Amino acid sequence: MDLFIQQVVSGFATGGIYACMALSVVMIYQAIHHLNFAQGEMAMFSTYIAWQLLAWGLPYWAVFPLVIAISFVGGFAVERIVFKPIENAPVLSHIVIFIALFAIFNSFAGFIWDFTIKAVPSPFGDGPLYPGAPIGTHQAGMIGVTMVVLVMLWAFFRFTRMGLAMRAAAANPDSARLVGVKVSMMTALGWGMASAIGAVAGVLIAPVVFLEPNMMLSILLYGFAGAVLGGLTSPAGAVLGGFLVGIIENLAGTYIPVIGGELKLPIALFLIVAVLLIKPAGLLGRRTVQRV
Amino acid sequence: MATSEENMTGGPAIPRAAAASAKKSGSSLGTIVLAVLVIGAVILPFASKNFFIFQMTQVMVYAIAILGLNLLTGINGQFSLGHGAFYAVGAYTAAILMEMQGVPYGWTIPIAGVLCFVAGFLFGLPALRLEGVYLALATFALAVATPQLLKLSPFEHWTGGVQGIVIIKPDAPFGLDAVLNPDQWLYFFTLVIGLFLYWLARNIVGSRTGRALMAIRDNPIAARSMGVNTAVYKATAFGISAMFTGVAGCLGAIVIQFVAPDSFTFALSVALLVGLVIGGVGWLPGALLGALFIVFIPNVAEDISKGLAGAFYGFFLIAVIYLAPQGAGGLIRSGLARVKRML
Repeated sequence: MDLFIQQVVSGFATGGIYACMALSVVMIYQAIHHLNFAQGEMAMFSTYIAWQLLAWGLPYWAVFPLVIAISFVGGFAVERIVFKPIENAPVLSHIVIFIALFAIFNSFAGFIWDFTIKAVPSPFGDGPLYPGAPIGTHQAGMIGVTMVVLVMLWAFFRFTRMGLAMRAAAANPDSARLVGVKVSMMTALGWGMASAIGAVAGVLIAPVVFLEPNMMLSILLYGFAGAVLGGLTSPAGAVLGGFLVGIIENLAGTYIPVIGGELKLPIALFLIVAVLLIKPAGLLGRRTVQRV
Repeated sequence: MATSEENMTGGPAIPRAAAASAKKSGSSLGTIVLAVLVIGAVILPFASKNFFIFQMTQVMVYAIAILGLNLLTGINGQFSLGHGAFYAVGAYTAAILMEMQGVPYGWTIPIAGVLCFVAGFLFGLPALRLEGVYLALATFALAVATPQLLKLSPFEHWTGGVQGIVIIKPDAPFGLDAVLNPDQWLYFFTLVIGLFLYWLARNIVGSRTGRALMAIRDNPIAARSMGVNTAVYKATAFGISAMFTGVAGCLGAIVIQFVAPDSFTFALSVALLVGLVIGGVGWLPGALLGALFIVFIPNVAEDISKGLAGAFYGFFLIAVIYLAPQGAGGLIRSGLARVKRML
């Protein structure tokens, strides 16, 4: 039983990573009803920028907001430059562009900062939370930050005019345009915000998994799994889903001998397919109804 | 489709057959091009170095895989970012059968085809409920998880785990080894299978099944109300597509003589998708152009700047989507149409 509880707690800690990533996946889904397959690579690129700024000697708490701002502008720019011209293209074109962005960010990161593993410091220290705790200060800090981001997002969408406009633009672009919402600007803002949240995720994840150009691929997959499990339409669901994926992953690794500690990606595959088949809306998501 | 456009070769000599010849002469141009290509392909291995022959064999292998993906995406309108997984199944089928069971390599190909058809059909069944972006997500997960699936310990006895399996290159049979070295033989072997599969794909597209698949792509609801069983056809399309890709994987394993989990990463699935888009979605001969691109362009890009091959891929893809969304196929078609207008 002790082992069980310990695994659940440490699953919760890893879940924090996935929750953060899932949140940015949901953010972009809210804005464009697409899954951005380049999300992870964009977050990785942001993390490299953070590492570079730290290496130049800037203090951590100056770097953190700076990177978020840079990522916001970057995400905004990517939408304006790359996606705006093909707004009305078929879904395949969009997916191809995501893959193209994936390749570009991955390749540039390796080109600029080479492929050696880099360590990113944690702002929360690396000791255990209290002596003998199963969870480190960094994990606790990460979970805390994820929660803060979630609350801020919730408040933004719930209480601000812009949040309302973004929801309207995503839910029904034509009607939103008729009442004066700048739909395409909202989409770009959504990209910027998703990219900023991705940057938060990347910077917080990097102390745990180490920084290298391919660090995000599997985390993105878990993030997708979390987002799908919690419901692609619900930020709170995404966070819940992220934590659940972390816990399920850890328990499966402990109790299913076939999987072991290393090879946990098939779990994400299994979760995604299972959720999409059994409850496509996810745990907290709304059922999407299609007009024909 | 290549049949629907131009009738330049028909000429004005036979006006009374004009209506009928529109289709016929279009395909006769296609036949001429195909004949020239085949003759060129037969001469090529006698006029080039072994490494180039090996590369061209790889081109044909990828072309078969892309052809499979094209049947799924171009003809049936379903996405897959995970065809690398079926390629891997085909490759491992060849490796395990040849090296552990002593099955002759020729027999591994139909076996890989059947296995991948079943795998694709089964994956296609749940995929029926997933549309557009969800299907992309499920197949993305499949592609990313494939290397780890191959490393799982219960299969290790068969798959050789992380180490993979080494395959011995087959010699040319029937006393042909006096004339052909193993590289040349594998080249012709792949060529014949590739031509057969291309013929098969053309016929599938032209058949009743093909029309049903295209109807589902263009308007699923209308197709259903016309009596097309969308569930069966979509799952079958997934199966057929996986079969083509699996056969390609099987040939690829024999040609490269090695399989290991890390040869079948997400990058492979991306490469197949890139090839599909470059060649032209929905245009079957485009598979060859796409395959040429994914085999040779990364080398060129590496020469220009080390490590930037991925970025080059990316920029090229974006350019294609902007400037020629129909890929090479679209460019060729519009080029031909322009020539026709000038004549």
